[in-house]
Order: sequence, then C-alpha cells, then structure tokens
Amino acid sequence: MTDVAESGPTLVRPSLGELFMAFVAVALSGFGGALPWARRMIVERKRWMTAEEFNEDFALSQFLPGPNVVNFSVVFGARIAGAAGAAVAFVGLMGPPLLIVTVIAVLYAHYGDLEVLSHILSGISAAAAGLIIAMTIKMAKPLFARIGWPAAIAIVAFVGVAIVRWPLPLVLVVLAPIAFALAWFYPVGTVKR
Amino acid sequence: MNDDSPLTALASYFALLSLFAIGGAVAAIPEMHRVAVDAMHWMNDRQFTDSFAIAQLSPGPNVMIVTLIGYHVAGFAGAAVATAAMCGPTCIVAYFAAHTWNRFKMARWRIALQAALVPVSLGLIGASAFVLARAADKTIAAGVITVATVVVAVFTRISPLWLFAAAGLLGMTGWL
Repeated sequence: MTDVAESGPTLVRPSLGELFMAFVAVALSGFGGALPWARRMIVERKRWMTAEEFNEDFALSQFLPGPNVVNFSVVFGARIAGAAGAAVAFVGLMGPPLLIVTVIAVLYAHYGDLEVLSHILSGISAAAAGLIIAMTIKMAKPLFARIGWPAAIAIVAFVGVAIVRWPLPLVLVVLAPIAFALAWFYPVGTVKR
Repeated sequence: MNDDSPLTALASYFALLSLFAIGGAVAAIPEMHRVAVDAMHWMNDRQFTDSFAIAQLSPGPNVMIVTLIGYHVAGFAGAAVATAAMCGPTCIVAYFAAHTWNRFKMARWRIALQAALVPVSLGLIGASAFVLARAADKTIAAGVITVATVVVAVFTRISPLWLFAAAGLLGMTGWL
C-alpha cells in the first residue's frame, strides 16, 4: 500500500468519506459502463493516482473475472485504505445504482407489458446491441491487424459461445490454458490493448 | 432453504459466473442468456433484452442486468442475492490480487496471462454482441437501428444516450 505514497508529492490521499463520495459520483455519472468516469474522477480531477498507476489497476481489473468496474473499486479502495477502503469504494459504487435499478425493476414488473413501453424498449434494445457490436469492432481492430494466434483464439471463443452455445465455464477451462501456452511460447504475436 | 429454491439457484449460479466472467459483465451476457432464457426458463427473449436495455440506460455498472434478472426471478430478495453472488467472489479475489499484482509486474507468467486473456475476452464480447442482436432484432426495422447504431458509434463520438433516445423514439412510433 506504499504505492501511492511513493509516487510523488502531487498525489493526494483521500479520506474514507471522500473515497465513498467519489465512487457514488462515478456510479451516478456512468451510463453504459462506469470505468471511463472512474478514470476522469481519480486521475484527472482528484489526482489520487497517476495515469500509469490507473492503467495498472485498470489492467488488473479487466483481467480478473467479474464486473470490471466493481473489481476496480475493490482494488483501488484496498490500495488507499485496506479492507475498509475496498468496502467503502464498493458500497459507494454499487449502492445508489442498486436502489435506482430496483425501483426500475418494480416499475417494469408493473408496466413492462404496456404497449408503448415495450415499443420504446425494443428500439433501445436494438441500439444497445449495436453499441456492443461497435465495442467489439473497436477492440478487434488492433488484434486482427496481424494474423496470429490471438485472432484465432478470439474466433474460437466467439464461435464456441455464440454459435455452438457451449457453457462459458467449459469454453474457458479449455481455451484459457491453450491461450496461455500460446502466449508463453509465442510472445511475438502479442497484441497490446 | 432447500435446493429447489430460486434463491439458491440464483446464488449458486451467479457466484459461479462471477469467477468465469473474464472480460466483465458484458462478456458474460451470452452465458446469462443461455441459462436464464434457454436452460432455466426464468424469462423470455424479450424480457432478457429489455433487462439489458434497462441496465444500459441506468446509471452505474453494466452488472446491473444481474440485479434485474434476480428481481424478475424472486423479487427483492432475488435482486439482492443475485447481485451479491455476482460481485462477492470476484471482490474477494480482487482484494487479494490488489496486494500481490504489482509485485509480479515483470513476471513472464503475468505477461503471458494478460496477453492470453485479451483475445478470449474479445471473443466473448463479440459473442455477447451476436446474442443480443439476435434476440433484439426480430424485425428488419430493429436490424436497421442496430446497424445504424454500429455505424454512428464506430465513426463518431456521439454519446450513447443520444443513440438510445433516438432509438427509443423510433421504437415508440411502433414501426419495430
């Protein structure tokens, strides 16, 4: 936990209250995923972390299983103030959205069958699917820039889960060790995100 | 609580998924769809895509779709149990990883592991896009909205909220 202190006098160390409020703000401003907002808040506005430290923690959060921004709140909170910091950041991130979404869930259970609402939602669902396709295209560009094992692994993961519809755990248990072995022996083709 | 209780099913399923969701909540969408719609019949295609749309529209992490599925299956208790199960195991892993991760910054296994998981997540997120598009695009008009969104999102920096607003308005006309 000395990482923050070592990285220079320009960085500030937040209190638990500040940590909580920052993650509440990140949660409430983030539409369609909260990580970009976390970066803006922590690196640019509050200066609690350098961009390099953020990228390190970001990479860790992405690489760990589970919701990325949730992992990030725990990793960052733990760095700042151990278990208390992790808990405070997590509750700040999840608490307010959880309340909002639960209210929406109740409303949806009552009014989800209204014709006008279901029409609006089918429009938004179509757009939401489009956004994930766009996200895939953006991520695929650097990876498919050259032909190599990363592109092959991505295609196999896609086909296994989307077309054949194998269970995710099965696909990962088979594919992750193969990908790891390839990355170990053929690091040349490694693509940076 | 017996084994047939929906809360037990939600808790054990999402706790397992929590540890297999490489690439985040979005990458786990196909698996959630496979179980919630195809295997367990907790909800139909439309309710699933509605839940995803609502989770995208709501402020906060994308993982909120899990809260919506949980509520749909077992009310408030379901929402709480599903969310806690999806976040709990991975939070514990993240907490311990936070302290050890940077020690292995230059380790060959860490570099290989990171490089190995990037294409896996990409494949899973692509699968998520495929499953969502197939569930959402039941009509040609809906397919056109999806394609238009892809084009706008890839080539411009317009906020997704505007795309949602436009798509919602088009949907309201009842053409989809």
